[in-house]
This record gives sequence, C-alpha cells and structure tokens, in this order.
Amino acid sequence: MRNPQLNAHGELQHLLTIEGLPREVIVHILDTAGSFVGITERDVKKVPILRGKSVFNLFFENSTRTRTTFEIAAKRLSADVINLNINTSSAAKGESLLDTIDNLSAMHADMFVVRHASSGAPHLIARHVEGHPHLHVVNAGDGRHAHPTQGLLDLYTLRHYKQDFTRLSVAVVGDVLHSRVARSLIHGLTTMGTPDVRVVGPKTLLPEGVEKLGVRVFHDMNEGMKGCDAIVMLRLQNERMKGPLLPSAQEFFKSYGLTAEKLALAKPDAIVMHPGPMNRGVEIDSAVADGPRSVILPQVTFGIAVRMAVMAILAGN
Amino acid sequence: MKIHIAHGRVVDPKSGGDAKQDVYIEAGRITGVGAAPTGFKAGRVIDATGLVVAPGLVDLSARLREPGFEYKATLETELAAAVAGGVTSLACPPDTDPPLDEPGLVEMLRHSARSLDLAHVHPVGALTAQLAGKRLTEMVLLTEAGCVAFSQADVAMPDTQVLWRAMQYAATFGFALWLRPQDEFLARDGVAHDGEVATRLGLPGIPSFAETIAMETMLALVRDTGARVHFQRLSTARGVELLRDAKAEGLPVTGDVSAHHVHLSEMDIGYFDSHCRVIPPFRSARDRDALRAALADGTLDALCSDHAPVDEDAKLLPFAEAEPGATGLELLLPLALKWGTEMKLPLARTLGTVTDRPARILGAEAGQLAVGQPADLCLFDPHAMVRISADTLKSQGRNTPYLGIELPGRVRCTLVGGRVVYEG
Amino acid sequence: MQLPDAEQLCTSLVSQLRAQVTPDTAIVGIVTGGAWLAERLHRELGLTTPMGTLDVSFYRDDLGRSGLKKQVLPSQVPFEVEGRPLLLVDDVLYTGRTIRAAMNELFDYGRPARIDLAVLVDRGGRELPIAAQFCGARLDVPAGKILVLERDDAAGGGLVLQLSAQRRKPSAAKGAGK
Repeated sequence: MRNPQLNAHGELQHLLTIEGLPREVIVHILDTAGSFVGITERDVKKVPILRGKSVFNLFFENSTRTRTTFEIAAKRLSADVINLNINTSSAAKGESLLDTIDNLSAMHADMFVVRHASSGAPHLIARHVEGHPHLHVVNAGDGRHAHPTQGLLDLYTLRHYKQDFTRLSVAVVGDVLHSRVARSLIHGLTTMGTPDVRVVGPKTLLPEGVEKLGVRVFHDMNEGMKGCDAIVMLRLQNERMKGPLLPSAQEFFKSYGLTAEKLALAKPDAIVMHPGPMNRGVEIDSAVADGPRSVILPQVTFGIAVRMAVMAILAGN
Repeated sequence: MKIHIAHGRVVDPKSGGDAKQDVYIEAGRITGVGAAPTGFKAGRVIDATGLVVAPGLVDLSARLREPGFEYKATLETELAAAVAGGVTSLACPPDTDPPLDEPGLVEMLRHSARSLDLAHVHPVGALTAQLAGKRLTEMVLLTEAGCVAFSQADVAMPDTQVLWRAMQYAATFGFALWLRPQDEFLARDGVAHDGEVATRLGLPGIPSFAETIAMETMLALVRDTGARVHFQRLSTARGVELLRDAKAEGLPVTGDVSAHHVHLSEMDIGYFDSHCRVIPPFRSARDRDALRAALADGTLDALCSDHAPVDEDAKLLPFAEAEPGATGLELLLPLALKWGTEMKLPLARTLGTVTDRPARILGAEAGQLAVGQPADLCLFDPHAMVRISADTLKSQGRNTPYLGIELPGRVRCTLVGGRVVYEG
Repeated sequence: MQLPDAEQLCTSLVSQLRAQVTPDTAIVGIVTGGAWLAERLHRELGLTTPMGTLDVSFYRDDLGRSGLKKQVLPSQVPFEVEGRPLLLVDDVLYTGRTIRAAMNELFDYGRPARIDLAVLVDRGGRELPIAAQFCGARLDVPAGKILVLERDDAAGGGLVLQLSAQRRKPSAAKGAGK
C-alpha cells in the first residue's frame, strides 16, 4: 500500500499524519520552519511564495484557534485564504463531504486545510482528489486520529530547546485516548529516534494497546515525571471531566495535574508544553503554566512558522 | 424439463461423496446420480466437463433490502446476485423497513421472491415488535407465514428480562432464535476492533468482550429455558471457545461466521478503507485464525455471506460515518474455496460449510446432492479465477474489501428446482 | 571553456567599489555564492555596518516548477534598511530573476535610499531589465550550462568558478537560474 501522502516521486503531496512520514521529510519541514521564524520577527511578516494560490480552510468542526493559526500562516505566505465553517452551512443542507470538495475544487482551490470530527476524513478527501496533482490536503485535526501540524510544532519546540531527539525523555500526560495531538507527537518522536516516550494517565484515558505505539505507560504521575526532559500536558475536554471516564476535574488535577511539586521530579531544565487552550487548575497549575519552564507561548509562535513551512513545501511539490 | 448433467465432478458434502458422475433431474428433483433412471430421456444435456457439480449454496444471512431500502438493493437484483453466486437458498434477516414483525409482511416478501423464481428465500422473523426489544412478535403466526427463526438482526436488546421471556416463549413451540451477541453499552460508538489498529487510527473501539459478555448472558438463558439458539457471525476467539464449551455441555446451540471474517483482520482497514467497516468489526489476526480453525473443526457450523449491500454514497464517508456492511452473495463460494484451500481441506468438507451444514440450521430441504433431493445445484469451475469488480457484480452493492482482487471459483450454472436460473 | 580566476575578479571588484562605498553603505549577499563574495568584499572594503545575507527562496517565481529547495537559510539583515544605501552582491548574474526576488525581499525590511548591484560574473541572458553597476567580468556561457561559485573551505576559503551541467531541479543546485 503506497503512503497516501507522498506523490510518485516520494515527495509530500498531502500532510495527513506524521505516522509513516520519512524522517528526512520531517527534518525538511522543521528546517524550513526555522527560516520562517525569522520572518515572523520582521516588520513585514510576509513573503510572496504562495501569491495567487487559494487556501481553503475547511472546518467541519469548530476551532477558531487552529483556524486562525492556519489563516495567519497562509496570509504570511501571501496566499488568498477562504474560511469555511461547514458545520453551519452546507452540511446542514445535506451536502456530502465529497460534494463540498468537488465544488471547491471547481473554484480552483490549491490547498485544503481540513478539520473534521471523524478520524480519516482528510484521507478520504486526499483519495478523492487523487487526479488533481496540484491540489494539496493538510490535516488540521481529524477525530482522535492525527493533528500533524501540532505534532510538528511540538517537535520543533523540542528541537529548539533540547536539540537532540536521541537523548530525550518525553512524557505525554492526560487524555491520550481522545487525543490526536498525542498520537501525532508520539509518531513524530519515535520517527526522530526519541528513546524514551512515556504516556501518563488513568487507565480510562489510555487507549487499548497504546504501548504498541512505542511508549512506556505510567499510571503514577510522580513515577512518570522522573528524569523527564519535557512534559507535554494534554487538554482535557469539558465533557469528559465528569462521567464514566473521570469522577471530577478536581480529582483529575489531584492525580494528574502538573504542579510545581510534580515538575520538580523531572530534570531541572525540563520544559513544559501544552497544545492549548489550557484548563488551568485541571491539567496544569497556573504557577507552572506561567512559570519559567513553560514554553507554551513560544509553541504558538513556532506553530505559525511550522504551518508556513508545510504549506510552502506542499505548494512546491 | 428433464436435464442430464454430464461429465462433472459430483460433490455431496453430506455423504462426503466426490466422484466423476452424471446427474439426472426430472420434475424438479434429482432422480439419478451415476446411473440414469430407467427410461430417462434428457430434454437438455449440460456438459459439466471440468466443473464441480455441488448442491446449491445455503446462506444463513443475506440482506435483500426489501422492503424499505430499495435504493440500496432490490429483491430482483439481490436474488439475481444469489444465483450468480451459486446460492439457491438464503435466509434474510428482519431488519427491513418496516421490520419483518408481521405475518403479512413476511407473506408479501415470500410472494415477491417466489414470483421472481430465483433462489429460495427464507425470512427470519423479528423477535420483538419493531425490533424495539420490548414486545414479543406473534411467533406462531409468523412461523405459519414462513419464518424459519427469530432474530433481532443487529439491533440490540438490552433488556435481559425480555430476552429471557422471548427464549421461554420460543422454546415453548420449539422455535429457534438467531442472535448476534453484542453488548450494546460496551459497543456504543465503536466502529472498529478495540485493538492496535483502532488505537493507531484513532477510531472508537468495540472490545472483544462486548461479544462474549452478551454471549455468556445468552448461554445462561439457554441453560435455563432450553431455547435453541444459533449464534450469528461470531468474531472473537473467546466467542468460539464459549460456543465449543456450550456444545460440549449439550446446550442446543450452533454458530456461524461471515465469509469476510475468516480472511480479514483489523489490519486490513489500512488507511481508513470504509469497505472494511463491517459488523461485527474485523478483529485481531489471532481472532481470525481461531474462527478459521473453528469452522474447520465444526465448532462453527456454517459460513455465511453476511450480505449487506450498501449504496456507494453511504461508503464515501469517513470511516466511522460510513454505513457498515459488505456485499457477499457472489463472494461466498470464492471465499469458502479460498479458506478451504488454505486450510488444506477436501472439497466436500469445504463445501459442507456453505451447503448441508447451514441447511440443517435452516431446517430446509436443501444442501444435499442425492436422489430424491430438490434439484438445487451449483456448477462451478474451482480453478477459474474471478476478478471481483463493480462491473461484474450482479448485486446492487459493490461494497467489499475484495474489489479488484481475484478469487478462485467461477459459477458456470445454477439450477433451482430443476430449472437453470443462471449461466455464466 | 576557460574560466577566469575568481580571486582576480574579486580583487578587481574591490578596486571598483572602493571609491563608491560610504560609511553608511550596507552590504547584502545572496546565499550561497553571493554571501561568500559579500563576506570577502565586506572585509576588504573595511565596512563597519554588519553585513546581511538573503536566502531568496521564499521570493522566487518558480516554486510551482522547481519546488522549495531542501535547505532554506534564514535571511539576516542586521541593520536598518530604511534610508540606507545598499550594495547587493551575487556571484553570477544571469536571468535577473534572483536579483528581482532579492530586491523584493529587501523592500520588506524597509525603503533603502538606493541599491547597487555587484556581481563577480555577468553571463548575459537577462529576462528582466536588471543591470549590475559593478561587475568582475562578462562571459558567454552556453545556455544549457550553469556557472557557480565554489568556496574551498579546506584551503583557506579560496573562491573558484565552476561550470556544471543543468540539473533536473534547478532550485536544488547552487546558483541556478541566475
């Protein structure tokens, strides 16, 4: 089975998932993102590389935050950006996903940035546009499956602060079961040769057979923190805080919230990451989120550069 | 018309017979195997050189989608598909719209099927009204109308009190219940086997014990009520073990498995192939291997097509949103042959899983090739490969993970009641 | 064909430029060959303003044809562009498209007082109305060949001109399409 995100020359045609991405492709994206970080610090934060291209942000699931970062990235590349929140328009009228794609393709779209509540939706779209080599699909988060640009920006952040992946211990903490962020980061870390990737959480929030992804499983957060170079806290969705998976947000915080005391068990220079938006007092204590080890805001800045890099590389292939 | 089938390799799974013989048919029945009945004068001679002459296939689960879902398939297309696949008798589950919960609906369905004069259709009646799991259907009247058993199809029946009473009532009259065991709550929102692949792809999982917990509940009720229960489309290694133990205990239970499930596993989902969205989900390779072995050793009684034609639009969706099901009538024979070859079984035993073994569960006069039996026959070339493609499938459902793949076993001729209903 | 000695051309450029630069002049080299040359000129001319480098990959007009090259270096312009005279430096001037891209990028940093262009070699073949004010040599190079500047870092950083065959992906080759 051919990797559906690579073209016949082995180049990136779509970005659907980090799983199966060749290491050199990841390095290329991270390196290119490095060049874009400089641009975001200039007065004119814009380069003309995607001038005349149309980037469609297709958000079948609402996420103002992610959509905004893609929008800024595309605009900084001088692309024309069209935002469509489909859950409120065509889908309500019964238009199918692929009909929507056909319509937008006819408007000469060059790139689709897709966010969808169903795992695999971007794969379906990529397969559907197979006959259009100039059309690129970027997965902006699908169900529980993948959020590759988030995974890449996490990798960028780790490389920025810790340089060498092959000596790192990274703990991913919280709701791994529902987290596309966790899956993408885990695949990215294992591809980059990270020797110690851990997931930390209660059994209700870890998926069946998660260790097959190449991670070590911890249920005791104190154990999971020991010797870590980086801690990635996952967002806990409101609707999961009370119910069959967890009794309460307070109890979750007691066992798995990142506090200064728990952080002290990690390496002294360990960094703290979070994909945002944070639930302060649920998965992370404010003192840690705003503390000197937190790199949560730089992650946001890097996120734009990484998305610019992905779009620039795709448009060039 | 009197028909003489000449020079074929005649296989009768019931007796284990497998020899080059001729078969003689008159008045809809087999009147001679080997030697011609005295004074037999054929109106037609079918040359079966190089072909296997076997009993027509008996399929315990084929959705015909009528009434209610004619945009997915119709009786006409699906019964044409059945005979093109060598299937001459089939049982259809009650999950039509409306469900088969009234004698009138059953009579109408049988009438329409009879007027097409293709494969024999044996309706399975709804166990509860509207399949809602609350009120029993008129099982006696439904049986009179032609129902061979009672089932909830894939609709859950969470109220075990109703299930218990349904078993008691059915046992009173000796009716069989055909149940697919699945705990509704454990399977909620699930779309794939709760294992490695679902974890990797981020698909909500259905754990194996969703099947076995429901099965253990059912077995406890069988033990108490004595109801005859046929477990449909088992999917797990543990489920097979439970069935084996129950049979050893002497409980009146049987079981089947779908033809896709003895070949495919969760790994075949690949990159979200919605053709692999089926019920129950494809499970681990270990489960699949247990199903294959259990079918060979007789723990599982039959192989069924689990034919579920789905319209293309319903499959062109993200995996979890795609409608579950695979087309099966035309794949049953090829997939059975593939399994039998891989298991190194004699042809008669392979064919037994799709002929006399299911016929016994169905309680119908079918699945045997012997003098006096109805002349429902399937003539096929066991070595010719068939390429499964949207263009060649007769079924309105073109949904199968085997699309574009070559499988062994080409049906050349199908007879129902002594009449040639398909030639290919 | 016989290629001129890059070191000699370099010396000639320095002497052409010496009278023209002001204390305010900032020098900007285009990655990779132009940046090496700019480094040399910056040192020999004794300029005090730190030099800049541009990687014009994000400003090129052939992305759709050639893709984004593997290693894009961050551009560095460590001085105020607004109102300053700039000396833009590249190794080989060919179609003029790279210079167009570089000027566009420079304008994203501010409005310079003026931009002069210095190149080691002008090989003709212009596709845009662009000319070098300072030029080491004019050379006729066959259209199918690419002329690049190489730096021998092992032997003290000496500059050498080299001719090579056209690559399939011009953007992947150093100094391509200039």
